[in-house]
Amino acid sequence: MRGCITKVSSEAECSVRKASDFVSRIFGSVSGHDLLLKGITTLILASGSILILIPFLYMISTSLKDPAQIRSDSTSLLPRKQKTAEVNGTLEPLYQVTLDGQVHEYALIKNAPGGLGQFVDPARPDLIYELKINEQKQLYRWDIHWENYPEAISAMPFWRYLGNTLIVTFVGMAGMLFSCSLVAYGFSRFRARWLNLLFLLLLSTIMLPSQVRLIPVYILFQRLGWVDTLLPLIVPQFFANAYDVFLLRQFFMTIPLELDDAAKIDGANPLQILLYIILPQARPALVSVGIFHFLYAWNDFYEPLIFLHSRENWTLAVGLQTFDALYTVNTHLIMAVSVLMIVPPILLFFFSQKIFTQGVVFTGIKG
Amino acid sequence: MTFPSLQKMSLARREALAGYAFIVPWIIGFLVFTIGPMLASLYFSFTKYNIVDPPQWVGLANYERAFSGIWDAIRTGDPRQFQDPLFWKALQVTIYYASIALPLNIAFSFLLAVMLNQKMRGINIWRTIYFLPSIIAGVAVTILWVRILNPRVGVLNPFLKDVLGIQNPPGWLSDPEWAIPALVIMSLWSVGGSMIIYLAGLQGVPTDLYDAAKVDGANAWQRFWNVTFPMMTPVLFYNLVLGMVATFQYFTQVYVATSNSIGGLGGPQHSTLFYNIYLYQNAFRYFDMGYASTLAWILFVIILILTALIFRSSDAWVYYEGQLRGRV
Repeated sequence: MRGCITKVSSEAECSVRKASDFVSRIFGSVSGHDLLLKGITTLILASGSILILIPFLYMISTSLKDPAQIRSDSTSLLPRKQKTAEVNGTLEPLYQVTLDGQVHEYALIKNAPGGLGQFVDPARPDLIYELKINEQKQLYRWDIHWENYPEAISAMPFWRYLGNTLIVTFVGMAGMLFSCSLVAYGFSRFRARWLNLLFLLLLSTIMLPSQVRLIPVYILFQRLGWVDTLLPLIVPQFFANAYDVFLLRQFFMTIPLELDDAAKIDGANPLQILLYIILPQARPALVSVGIFHFLYAWNDFYEPLIFLHSRENWTLAVGLQTFDALYTVNTHLIMAVSVLMIVPPILLFFFSQKIFTQGVVFTGIKG
Repeated sequence: MTFPSLQKMSLARREALAGYAFIVPWIIGFLVFTIGPMLASLYFSFTKYNIVDPPQWVGLANYERAFSGIWDAIRTGDPRQFQDPLFWKALQVTIYYASIALPLNIAFSFLLAVMLNQKMRGINIWRTIYFLPSIIAGVAVTILWVRILNPRVGVLNPFLKDVLGIQNPPGWLSDPEWAIPALVIMSLWSVGGSMIIYLAGLQGVPTDLYDAAKVDGANAWQRFWNVTFPMMTPVLFYNLVLGMVATFQYFTQVYVATSNSIGGLGGPQHSTLFYNIYLYQNAFRYFDMGYASTLAWILFVIILILTALIFRSSDAWVYYEGQLRGRV
């Protein structure tokens, strides 16, 4: 079906065909049973996604409200204010009033008993209409407070926290990529007696709860004088971790050995093979492991909470939590910082979605 | 760069040596950050240790503190008989949460994955929406949910009251009865994280199995129950194990949701005193490193036992392709 260019088709026929064409394009195949199933699925997915999106909307809209709006209009998902008009020198809320089939914008000047209210046309305040208030529609206007963002940023050492978070995230990521590629290469390309056993040992540490080693590690860092610096969050990344080594190794295994052999014949040593053959081939895996690390380090709260004590060393996660405690009443500012905190992961997600989902699929395989 | 000694070595030995050389970073990390600290914390668990003074050997005292009173408590049904009632409270809270959150999480994420696995227009948009909450999990999201659930200024209760007509909506995080369900709701919002793993698993189910089932006249439900579900049990199993382990380490959400509230960390009335919160309190609030190490080792043993149990029971219900079952 390519639209309705043929002259023979009448207009009615054409629109029917257009409709069925549309439906079949949406739902793929058009067998009745399948269509019903897909219709129901779409319905469930759509209603579920509203539940997913409302908290986001609430977060963004609250970050753009002023405290008065949050108090009086807390359930609204839009940053808005009542539309008002001046009547006899005072500001009164405006309503959409339907009188004899005609729509007017009238102001409510006085509440009367029985849910009634006195409405007037702001232009002619002498004519008073008594109407049921809840039958009229209150009018709102946008009222967006962008200034919440600069205010929130200056209410806390935001840039300092951001700097710390970026250092922890990216220096840690570099360390992780460096160490994990070396180790994954060692586990994927060499035959040695103990390597398989060591690999099993490595895998077993995935299930190990970090709490069993946390206290002595804390004491170790304290003896080194590293507690309350960023080092405890960064340095361990340079010594590989089971999860990322596993993912990279699985990927390295899919790179044909013939490439290594060719390089060997050309006289390349193992390090050169890793640098010039394996790593360029493994770029998708490296990128997805890097993204996962970014998300982990950016959102991590537990370790920064334990290792960082003074205010100027905090990361955004710890800083935001404390900001929440100090500024509890200023919901709008807290939400503004929260929005700022979730924007980088979301941007990263959208820009790398393809690699990201591949990476997740890859992660899923290990089950 | 060549060393004369390397040249003399056999090819196999050189290969082995190179292999070991490349994994050196992990070996160092394993010794310094894993096995060494594990042994140290095992030692600390038999000591009284506050970091400032050297550890003092107390034998099994820490373990006694955790477990003693258990028989009296069971006999009389009175939790005050425990020497450390909070330890048992923490276990109870954790298991209670796991028993609600894990089944719901697995059911929701699996059904969601099945729905999102269909070939439909715009399916990628739905996948993105459902996956979104899981990439921002952490402090910001918890703060957001604390506001949403707030009985005075939040949006949820007015909705329950005005739209669904529920007269007395719960106080959520401020009510000891409803704090855990509130945390479960928060976790269900981020169900997309495990959904994506099921989705990956579903896409790994070979299509010829469905084709064969169709040829045999199986309808959509039969295809789901006899092909999809058995093929997915390994992934279900994997998520179950990881979910258990994660629950025993649940921390950030509870810390953010409760430490700034009137009920205090783990409150109200210890209703959110998760195991990991209690461990944190002992280690980094009271600096009782000996007892905290004991708690960590008990946690480790619990996770080992749970994992072993799940692995053993898995024989009955996990299907691995290429494995012959029911053979005597």
